[in-house]
Amino acid sequence: MPANRFNGFTDYGIGIGLRIPHYQHIFENAPAVDWFEIISENYMVDGGRPLATLDRILERYRVVQHGVSLYFGSAQRLNKEHLKRLKTLVKRTKTPWLTDHLCWGSVDGTYSHDLLPMPYTFEAAKVTARHVREARDFLEIPIAVENVSSYAEFHVSQMTEWEFLNEVVERADCGILLDVNNIYVSSKNHEFNPYQYLNSVPVERVAQIHIAGHSKFTKYILDTHDHPVIDPVWKLYEHAIRRIGPTATLLEWDDRIPSFDEVHAEARKAEKYLEAPLAVAS
Amino acid sequence: MTLLEVQRQMAHSIMQPLTKTDQIGPRTAAGFIKANNRLTSKERLEIYSRSYWFRVLDSLYDDFPGLRAMLGQKAFHELSRAYLADCPSRSFTLRDLGARLEGWLRRRPKFSGKNHELALDMVRLEWAHTEAFDSAAEKGLGPEDLVDLGANFRARLQPYLRLLALQYPVDDLRIHVNQGPEDREAASNAVLKPKRRSLTKRTNRLKPQPIFLAVHRLNYIVYYRRLAAEEYRLLTALGAGKPIGWAIRNAFKTSSAEQTSLLEQWFAAWSQLGWLCPARQSPPNRPNRKKVSG
Repeated sequence: MPANRFNGFTDYGIGIGLRIPHYQHIFENAPAVDWFEIISENYMVDGGRPLATLDRILERYRVVQHGVSLYFGSAQRLNKEHLKRLKTLVKRTKTPWLTDHLCWGSVDGTYSHDLLPMPYTFEAAKVTARHVREARDFLEIPIAVENVSSYAEFHVSQMTEWEFLNEVVERADCGILLDVNNIYVSSKNHEFNPYQYLNSVPVERVAQIHIAGHSKFTKYILDTHDHPVIDPVWKLYEHAIRRIGPTATLLEWDDRIPSFDEVHAEARKAEKYLEAPLAVAS
Repeated sequence: MTLLEVQRQMAHSIMQPLTKTDQIGPRTAAGFIKANNRLTSKERLEIYSRSYWFRVLDSLYDDFPGLRAMLGQKAFHELSRAYLADCPSRSFTLRDLGARLEGWLRRRPKFSGKNHELALDMVRLEWAHTEAFDSAAEKGLGPEDLVDLGANFRARLQPYLRLLALQYPVDDLRIHVNQGPEDREAASNAVLKPKRRSLTKRTNRLKPQPIFLAVHRLNYIVYYRRLAAEEYRLLTALGAGKPIGWAIRNAFKTSSAEQTSLLEQWFAAWSQLGWLCPARQSPPNRPNRKKVSG
C-alpha cells in the first residue's frame, strides 16, 4: 500500500468500521482484520464501557480515528474542548493519521450534528485550510479530509467541488480521505462526471479511501451506508486504485448492519482491485 | 454572502421545526440554495432539515426511554420537538443533548401533563444514568483506607456517582421499562399494546414516595441503589468537600437512627463499591507577591 506523509507512512490494507453490534463477535472470535476505523466522538468520553471496549480492541488491532464533528469548514473557530478531548484519544489509540470531513456543521455554538455542504468559495477554502492546519498543529498528527455526499449547492459557489477540494488541501498541505461512494452520490445529485472528479484528485495526497452503499430515491440519492457497495461505485474504486495505487481502504456500514462476516466479506471484495497490477488509467 | 452569513442562514433554516407531515415550513428561507431540474431549493434544503430533525429526535428517543414510556409516543414526540426548538445542541456530542431537559421541562409543565413532578423525576434519573454510564472512574478508597478516620477526614465521590432526592420511586418504573416491551416493539404489536396500557396504569397509580437514590456503575453497567435519608445526606456532604465529622453530625441531626452500626454498614458498602476517592491535596499557600518597581 502506498505509504505517504498523510497516512503516517503506513501500509494498511482493508479495514472496516468498528460498530457496537459486532463487539461480541470480535471479542469471541478475534477475526483477522487489518484495521478498524473508529468514530472518534464515540470514545471522547471520560470513562465507562466505551473506553474499556476500545482498550480491548487496541490490545489486538490497529485503529484509525475518523471524526464527524470537528467541522473544519465552519466559519468560526474550532472548538478547543473538542480538540483537547481528541488529543487525549489520539494518545490512547496511537492512530497514525486522523480524518474528518470537508464540511461544516456548527455556527454560533449551535451544532447540527450533520455533515453540511460547503459553499465552494475562495473565502471558505481559506478558512477551512486554516482550521485543518490549526488542528494538525495542535494534535501533532497527519490529517486527511474527506469529501462528503451533498444534496444542495449554493448560489455563491465560485468553483466545482473538486476544485474546492484541491484548493483546501493545497492551502492546508493535508491529505485526502477519498470517499468514492460520496463522489458517486454527489455526481448523481448534481449531475457531474465522477471520473472528471477522480481524475482531478492529487494522487500523492490520498491517505485513505472509503467505500459504502447508499439509498436511491426518485429524485436524489442519499448516503445511508446501509447497503452493499454497488457496481458503479466499485468501478470508480477500480479507477481510483489504478490512478493512486493500492491504498488503505475502509468499508462503512452504519445502518441496518448485517453480521460481522457479511460486512467483512463485502469489504474484502476490494482485494481484487488492490491486488491487480498497477496500470495507468487511460 | 460571506461564509458566516451562508452558514447562519442555512442553520436557521434547517433547524426550523418541520410541519406535522415532516416538511419544511412554507416560510423557511431557501433562496440561497440552487434548484436543479428535479428539486426546488426548498426540496433540497428539506433533505437537510429532515436529516437534522430525525437525528436529534432519535437521540432523545434513545436517551429517555422511561419518559417516553410514561408520556406515550405522541406526547413524547411533541415534547422533544418543542425542547429541541428551544434548546438546540450546544455540544459536539449528541450525548449531551438532554442536559437541559430538566430545567426546560420545569418551565414548560404543559408538556408533561398531569404527571409533571413524576416526569421531572424521570428526566433527572435518566440524565443521571447517561452521566453514570461514561463519566470518569478513579481509584476508590478500600477498607484499609477507611479505618480510624479522624473528624477532619475528607473524601470525594467517584466522578460517575450521582445522588438524587426524588419525590417518586421512578427507579422501579425505569427498570420496568428496561425489561418491558420496548425491545419487542418491532416483533409484535399484539403483545405491545396490553403492555403499554399496563405501563400507563402503573404510571398513573404511582403515589408520591420520597426516595434517595445513588446512580452508579459497576463493571460498566449502570445500577440504581436506594439510600437512607441519612446516608444520602452524608454522601452529599462528603461530595461537597465537608469533613467527615461535620458530615456525620449533619446527616443525623434530625434522625434517631443508631449511628454506629449504620456507619459501619455504609462505609463497608461504599468501600466495596469504590464510591469514595481520596480528597485532592489543596495547593500550597502562595507567598504574597508584591510588585517591585524598579
